[in-house]
Amino acid sequence: MSTRTALTLPAGAGPGAAAGASARQMRRQQLRLLLRSKTFLAGAAILLAWIVCAIFGSWLSPGNPLAQNLFATNAAPSGAHLLGTDSLGRDMLSRVIAGSREILIVAPSAALLGTVFGTVTGLLQGYYRNLVDTITSRLIEAFLALPLVIVAFLFVVATGPSIATLILVIGFAFGLVISRTVRTAVLQERDLDYVAAARLRDESAPHIMFVEILPNVLGPVIVEFTVRLGSAVFTVATLSFLGFGVRPPTPDWGADIAANYQYLAAGYWWETLFPALAIASLITAINLIGDAVESVVIQ
Amino acid sequence: MQRYLVKRLGLAILTLLLLSVIVFTAGQILPGNPGRSILGNLASQQAVAQLNRQLGLDKPVPLQYWNWITGMVRGDFGRSYEYRAPVSSFLFPALGHSLKLAAVAFVIVVPLSVLGGVAAALNRGRAVDRVISTTGLSLCTVPEFVSGIVLIVLFGIELKALPVSANAPPGSGVLTQLRYLLLPSIPLVFLLFGYIARIARAGTIEALESDYVRTATLKGLGRPAIIARHVLRNSMLPTITVIATQTGYLIGGLVVTETLFNYPGLGRLIYNAANQKDFPMLEAGVLVIGVVYLTATLLADLVATSLNPRVRLQGAE
Repeated sequence: MSTRTALTLPAGAGPGAAAGASARQMRRQQLRLLLRSKTFLAGAAILLAWIVCAIFGSWLSPGNPLAQNLFATNAAPSGAHLLGTDSLGRDMLSRVIAGSREILIVAPSAALLGTVFGTVTGLLQGYYRNLVDTITSRLIEAFLALPLVIVAFLFVVATGPSIATLILVIGFAFGLVISRTVRTAVLQERDLDYVAAARLRDESAPHIMFVEILPNVLGPVIVEFTVRLGSAVFTVATLSFLGFGVRPPTPDWGADIAANYQYLAAGYWWETLFPALAIASLITAINLIGDAVESVVIQ
Repeated sequence: MQRYLVKRLGLAILTLLLLSVIVFTAGQILPGNPGRSILGNLASQQAVAQLNRQLGLDKPVPLQYWNWITGMVRGDFGRSYEYRAPVSSFLFPALGHSLKLAAVAFVIVVPLSVLGGVAAALNRGRAVDRVISTTGLSLCTVPEFVSGIVLIVLFGIELKALPVSANAPPGSGVLTQLRYLLLPSIPLVFLLFGYIARIARAGTIEALESDYVRTATLKGLGRPAIIARHVLRNSMLPTITVIATQTGYLIGGLVVTETLFNYPGLGRLIYNAANQKDFPMLEAGVLVIGVVYLTATLLADLVATSLNPRVRLQGAE
């Protein structure tokens, strides 16, 4: 941030460079704190395990997640099938491993899209603070009167379910929430001296927003990203449970639960319980990471 | 106070109008021809065109919006594409069912989470605090269909203690109905407990550290009296607001819970409408959820205002 200002403005080189170095030092210090936090390490270990499953799933899994075996339907967990089989005789362990793929693509993409969209919107709203801000704030208020799942319903139904729609809809809705946080942070920054100084230097508005203000509101943005990542997994799982995610027979935790929960009454609990535990463990992992990041960034 | 009320009400109505525009716009994105999708592939082009005219779909979009929104105000919610009957004859019974389920969840969660939050704050940093805070945080991050399934397996199938479906046999008494609603309401309780407890805890801690509590302690008032008279009264303000905003999330959560437990509420109605592309039903349902949410936040604001003279006077400025 200030390093680039220093390059274009020799007069400010001294203090600017020093600020840049101390910011870098602070970031390194934060990273060290993070790596020493047990909460972070526990969360990262679980998340890493699922990422490995998503990437190398086809090597790790004991069988083909799509292979049906009509002689071994609804088989309880045993040596042959560690997590049992579903109503089509498909191996649950293989399906749970393969089910990590879709959600680990969709949820981070949606969280990232939402963070970028929300940050840009929040910067614009907070910086200009004019009629546009008033109108967009009202619109955002109106959107947030609806639960996310309902907003997703409206748009997924209107445009047809697909991975891209899912990412766009969740990303858009998260962006609205994030923009409010960023806007508030920008409002606290915009009257500070460094922004006034940049204005006096005749810097352009985009330069002030993205080069001067953005680095100073990055803390809340990072925290928002980790929090949203957790709720993105929550939302994606919920929408695919409701049938608005990937199409069968693609393995997916939420969709598998939806397909199998009717057999719960018959006692075939393993077909739903293991995908459910997979979702819970992934969300818990991300939340542990988020907690650790939040405590480090806020310190 | 009166001016504040008017201003607050005006903002709520403005938000509701914007919401209706959003919902209506979403309906316009839908590709395809409603007349065709109602009558099917075999119907003649003439019949389709006539039905579209009857539905008012040949008029310009702004006029369609005007007809739709004025109809809503008069209590005409349009006709369902799927059932070919007025939307309102499905919408209001479903809303009633949902409110019943939500009420059961609320009656359980509000005292439980407020007590939990206050207990955590009074034992700040000790084991009680840590257990309550961690449990609350982990419970509210698990999707309700995940916790719902674990509960069904545990209480419905293994222990056979509670019915797996939310629907009591027709004509059964209040107590039986409650028994059937208990299991579906627990995932909702899980979802809300963490948020409300966290705010109640934060509010209580803030009140405990305030000057007026110190004054009360110094003038020799006993701790129970301080907590009852000074701390709780102040810590409940943010809690009330959060309880109200969570109603919105509660109703969002109902979609999943009602689907999982096969309960004929508003959430399942919207879910079915979405699956059947029954847009009049979907739009009306979504708008009703918005109205419920805005009413809840408005009520919370009013309660918070009447409890806190500082907010009351600030709003009057």
